[in-house]
Amino acid sequence: MAQAHADTAHAHYYVPDSSRWPFLGSLSLFICFIGGAATLNDSPLGSSILGAGFLLLFVTLFAWFGDVIRESEGGRYGQWEDVSFRMGMMWFIFSEVMFFAAFFGALFYARVLSVPWLSGAGAEAATHEFLWPSFLADWPLLKLPTDYGFTQAKDVIPAWGVPAVNTAILLTSGVTVTWAHWGLKVNKRGHLIAGLALTVLLGCIFVYLQAEEYGHAYHELGLTLNSGIYGATFFLLTGFHGFHVTMGTLMLFVILLRCIKGHFKPEHHFAFEGVAWYWHFVDVVWIGLFIFVYMI
Amino acid sequence: MSTAAAHHDEHHAHHPSGITRWLTTTNHKDIGTMYLVFSLIMFFIGGAMAMIIRLELFQPGLQWVNPQFFNSMTTMHALVMIFGAVMPAWTGFANWLVPLMIGAPDMALPRLNNWSFWILPFAFTLLLSTLFMPGGAPAGGWTMYPPLVLQTGNAFPFLIFAVHFMGASSIAGAINIIATVFNMRAPGMTLMKLPLFVWTWIITAFLLIASIPVLAGAVTMLLTDKFFGTSFFSAAGGGDPVMFQHIFWFFGHPEVYILILPAFGIASAIIPTFARKPLFGYSSMVYASASIAFLSFIVWAHHMFTVGMPLAGELFFMYATVLIAVPTGVKVFNWVATMWQSSMTFETPMLFAIAFVVLFTIGGFSGLMLGITPVDFQYHDTYFVVAHFHYVLVTGAVYALIAGTYFWLPKWTGHMYSETLGKWHFWLSTISVNVLFFPQHFLGLAGMPRRIPDYAVQFADWNMVSSIGGFVFGLSQILFVVGIVKCARGGKQATSQVWEGAHGLEWTLSSPPPYHSFSTPPAAATIEGGMR
Repeated sequence: MAQAHADTAHAHYYVPDSSRWPFLGSLSLFICFIGGAATLNDSPLGSSILGAGFLLLFVTLFAWFGDVIRESEGGRYGQWEDVSFRMGMMWFIFSEVMFFAAFFGALFYARVLSVPWLSGAGAEAATHEFLWPSFLADWPLLKLPTDYGFTQAKDVIPAWGVPAVNTAILLTSGVTVTWAHWGLKVNKRGHLIAGLALTVLLGCIFVYLQAEEYGHAYHELGLTLNSGIYGATFFLLTGFHGFHVTMGTLMLFVILLRCIKGHFKPEHHFAFEGVAWYWHFVDVVWIGLFIFVYMI
Repeated sequence: MSTAAAHHDEHHAHHPSGITRWLTTTNHKDIGTMYLVFSLIMFFIGGAMAMIIRLELFQPGLQWVNPQFFNSMTTMHALVMIFGAVMPAWTGFANWLVPLMIGAPDMALPRLNNWSFWILPFAFTLLLSTLFMPGGAPAGGWTMYPPLVLQTGNAFPFLIFAVHFMGASSIAGAINIIATVFNMRAPGMTLMKLPLFVWTWIITAFLLIASIPVLAGAVTMLLTDKFFGTSFFSAAGGGDPVMFQHIFWFFGHPEVYILILPAFGIASAIIPTFARKPLFGYSSMVYASASIAFLSFIVWAHHMFTVGMPLAGELFFMYATVLIAVPTGVKVFNWVATMWQSSMTFETPMLFAIAFVVLFTIGGFSGLMLGITPVDFQYHDTYFVVAHFHYVLVTGAVYALIAGTYFWLPKWTGHMYSETLGKWHFWLSTISVNVLFFPQHFLGLAGMPRRIPDYAVQFADWNMVSSIGGFVFGLSQILFVVGIVKCARGGKQATSQVWEGAHGLEWTLSSPPPYHSFSTPPAAATIEGGMR
């Protein structure tokens, strides 16, 4: 099957043969969702189903990406296929940008509109008077309209502590991944591997510091998901970002292993670039977070 | 040349047979067929729900179902029809047609293609399983407004995850179509030579990529509000339930153009074919589609005029909304100008396409009425709105889907469908669909609210008329399935060109086309010859 393609790989677009992985990928996500929903509905079986789904998903992704890597290293992908992958990755990242835009939108809406309205801004004097007349708009919003059902936070995380350090870490990691890319392009594999290893390390440090900071927020500051709109936007924005950094670090780690195995050529390394783009994307999202969530 | 010869015997007969073929296929035609069959099944499931709604509304008073279940039916009918019937049908059309129309060997990312299809049966298993859960299926409307939706029972996380899941499918499908159109066109197939169906689909794909993730964000916030104590949509914590509506409709309005733009492409393919005349104003069609897509992102709050917004907001969203009538008018006039002084014949696809133009325009006009803020204060959440969006979605999107099915069915199956059956299908559908939806304008103007299982007696007569139209329309669709099945199983052999006036690359291939078409790109002359 594979042989038939070999001699024509560069003259024709490579259309892969049938594959079982996409179907299994859907099936495993389906199991994950059933497990997740059952867990949320307090079903005792939920977490085992969720675990089984994740296991199948991991195996599927491993096998699917394995096929792609073998095809790539086997020379199946030329310039033409490369462009498809680039477009795919580019628009996937754009869809991620729009996902974050929903949460940034919620943050701006709350800050600029709904919180001031609750304290009577605009034409909302009656809202203020009839709902919570003693409520005063403020940001970060610590004193909520009502105590009932919420945990009021004592304080929020200041920008110029760990978040500033994390900004420096992510910006540095953007430099190291570019250094690694340069190493790949001029065929200096030592620089490539060192640059990538440094990037992975910086990613890990970022996630570790962020986790520490969450612990601090939950245990000392009382800032939780339940602390009103500030806690909600803070944790969902930084949480989804942290999740993306974790995935990005994992992806970089896989690329690092592939580099150590001798994969990629100076003129043929889409997977490296795709992951690097993704890394720059989480970097840019963080800048947005640092400015709008922490600083102002 | 030598590579073409070497290429000749690759690929063939590699694909597995039986069920494995369909589970594992990377072929755009197989995947397109699966999308279309899936969508047809969902069309009937969603249709059955609509029948239950019309049955209950046949007479005032509670007759057949309890109000909770009635509300589940309106909610699920919408979700199934939008995400299960119309959107997958368009992706199915794109899968079948885009590679053929641009002279590509297949979709750009074939395995991703398989994945985006096979998500759907699983996603809809999640969604439809909620009908059997404690607390019932979601009943707060497809728009999922909090705080009402947060009262959903065990179904709630299944609803949210189903939306996430089908969203992933749509995004993957859209990415694939963009990569295919921008990277896989045959040499000589420049952008301004693309058939309009391809153009409208690229624009749709951008709308999908920009709007579906926003929906994913919105439902994620619902999920955390319900289970993790966040207060995005609770004023008590500083959030705002209206914020959900803003985020939702930022997705929701582009979504309605996702449902209708490919329909514009279909009409622009069918009308010139049976008018035997080139499409009037090709490039203005392209620019009009792009303008509609752009405007669709800045009109979302016209769904929320009565919810409370600063006056400047009401005015801005009104002006932006009525502005959409300009590019849409360009399209309608272009279709009419294409038919002007042409030698038309009225085969089934043309009948459905003409009905599409006329009836969609009625839906467009009622949309203009709704877009005017002070007027909307009267119409909001009445049956007038129901009539409006069913004119644009049923006689708009669904009619275009039916027209496109009859138009390309001979190409897909290699057989001609039964013209007699097709004409019966058309006339029964078109008369009944107007009996079904036109009286709903009157009901709405007279003040009947939407989403209610019971109503005041003065609404009884038109509701009965509407229900009778609904039952006839529902039953007529069985003729559609009979026609498709008969055509798939046999019939008069179709020629390559099928229709005398057909132009475009897909008509240069045999009917049905070979399993792997255009594994070598078509000659530039073929592309030029296909253009009109």
